[in-house]
Order: sequence, then structure tokens, then C-alpha cells
Amino acid sequence: MWIYEKKLQYPVRVSKCDPQMAKFLMEQYGGADGELAAALRYLNQRYTIPDKVIGLLTDIGTEEFAHLEMIATMVYKLTKDATVEQLEAAGLGAHYAAHDKALFYENAAGVPWTAAYIQAKGDPIADLYEDIAAEEKARATYQWLIDMTDDVDLQDSLRFLREREIVHSLRFREAVEILKEEQDRKKFF
Amino acid sequence: MTNTPQPIDNRFYEMLERLQAVDFVLVELNLYLDTHPNDMQAINQYNEQAEQRWAIAHEFEALYGPLTNFGHSYSGYPWQWNQVPWPWQV
Ligand SMILES: [Fe+2]
Repeated sequence: MWIYEKKLQYPVRVSKCDPQMAKFLMEQYGGADGELAAALRYLNQRYTIPDKVIGLLTDIGTEEFAHLEMIATMVYKLTKDATVEQLEAAGLGAHYAAHDKALFYENAAGVPWTAAYIQAKGDPIADLYEDIAAEEKARATYQWLIDMTDDVDLQDSLRFLREREIVHSLRFREAVEILKEEQDRKKFF
Repeated sequence: MTNTPQPIDNRFYEMLERLQAVDFVLVELNLYLDTHPNDMQAINQYNEQAEQRWAIAHEFEALYGPLTNFGHSYSGYPWQWNQVPWPWQV
């Protein structure tokens, strides 16, 4: 069961209409290392992961949906006042033809999201290493996105998201250690 | 129970940020405790913050309407849940 909360995890403000930046941000909306992929990856892996890590996957997976909503808010705010000409000039003409200004789960290049982006091996160490890699890739993407905009308000929200990826990566690495310890203990006795 | 929520004013943003701040501490402590379940001090901090969170959320909801659906917040008349603003509209 999930309960919706009518607020963002962290404020999202933008200081200008910028459909070009909105297009780049879609990488974190429907891209391979984006927030949708993250949420679905963790919430799917948790059913077969050892008990000690189920809470962590549940909680990080849930937080990723809050991040997805923040990215959606950015894209929405950056495009809501754009004219069709501005969208076309920003490379969003094809998007407009298919979706008007609706959001869609696609990456910055317009490729739709696919479950092939994420993995579930049933092997806890393999799954957690994939999760750590995903967090590091998302962190890198946030850095490139911060570098691509001069909008200080937008940068502030993106920095928050970049920091969250660092914390998630750290917690997943601790989870690996917890499982390794447990494995060693089982071997010993 | 207030019937119409207050209009979005400076206080809305101030209170929202207070709530976001305490919720951030709770998310951080929660994830930390998921991998450090024996840290008594962190558990105490978590419980204290949860209590504070409850008070701030209720103060906010009394002015601006319910924060959560499915019976986790109360509603005034008329039904307040589906009233604007939604998070991406502020
Ligand atoms: Fe993450």
C-alpha cells in the first residue's frame, strides 16, 4: 500500500521558461538511469532480496517516486509557457506532435522507457551492485544537468537530487557489507 | 474544521518548507537506520522528529487542507482533497 502526500520532497523553482533544459531533464524522467527506472528496479527486487535489505529497497524505491515527481515538476514548469515554435526550436517538435505538452516516459533523445533498462537477477549481491551502479550513473547525470543550466533555482533542486544519489549509493554499499557478513557467519558455523 | 483552505500566501511556503525540512531529517534517519538498526541514539532522534512532524503537519493541514489521502488526513466541507494546488502548481 502506498499513501500519496500532497507536497514535493524538496522545493522546485525555475526562473525562466526553458524547453531545451526540459528536454535534457527527461533523461532523469524516462531514461535508463532515471528516477522511474530506479523506483521500479528497487521495488521489484525487494520481493526476493534477503530480509535484512527489504526495508532499504522499499524506502529508497519509494523516495525515488518523490524524485520522479520533482523531475516532472521541473519539466512541467519549464515548458508550460512555451510556444509551439519554442518547443520546436528546443528539439521537442516530435514530442509535441505525439504528446502536446503532456509528459511522457522517454529519455532526452525521445526513446521511450523500457523494462530492459533494469535488472533483477535474484542474486542479492548482483542486484545490489546494479543498484550502486545505477545511483552512481544518476549522480553523474545530475552533474551534467547542473552544468548545462545557468538557472540557479533549478540548479538548487538538481543539487538536492544529486546528493540523494550519493546517500543511496552509500546505503546500498552498506547493505552489501551486511549481506557479506551474514554469509560469512553462515559459512563459519 | 475549516471549510475553505487559506489562499496560498507566504505562510504557506514557510510552513511547507518547515515540513519538508523535518521530513528530510526523517527520510535520512530512516535510510540510515535501515542499515544501522542498533543505533539507539538515532532511533530516539527518529521518534522525536516523528512527533514534531506530526505537529507541523497538523498545523499545516488546519490552514491549507489535507496532505494525505485514504483517511490519513481529515477533510472539511466540501471535500478538500481534490482542491488545488497540487505540488507542481506551487
Ligand atoms: Fe536514488
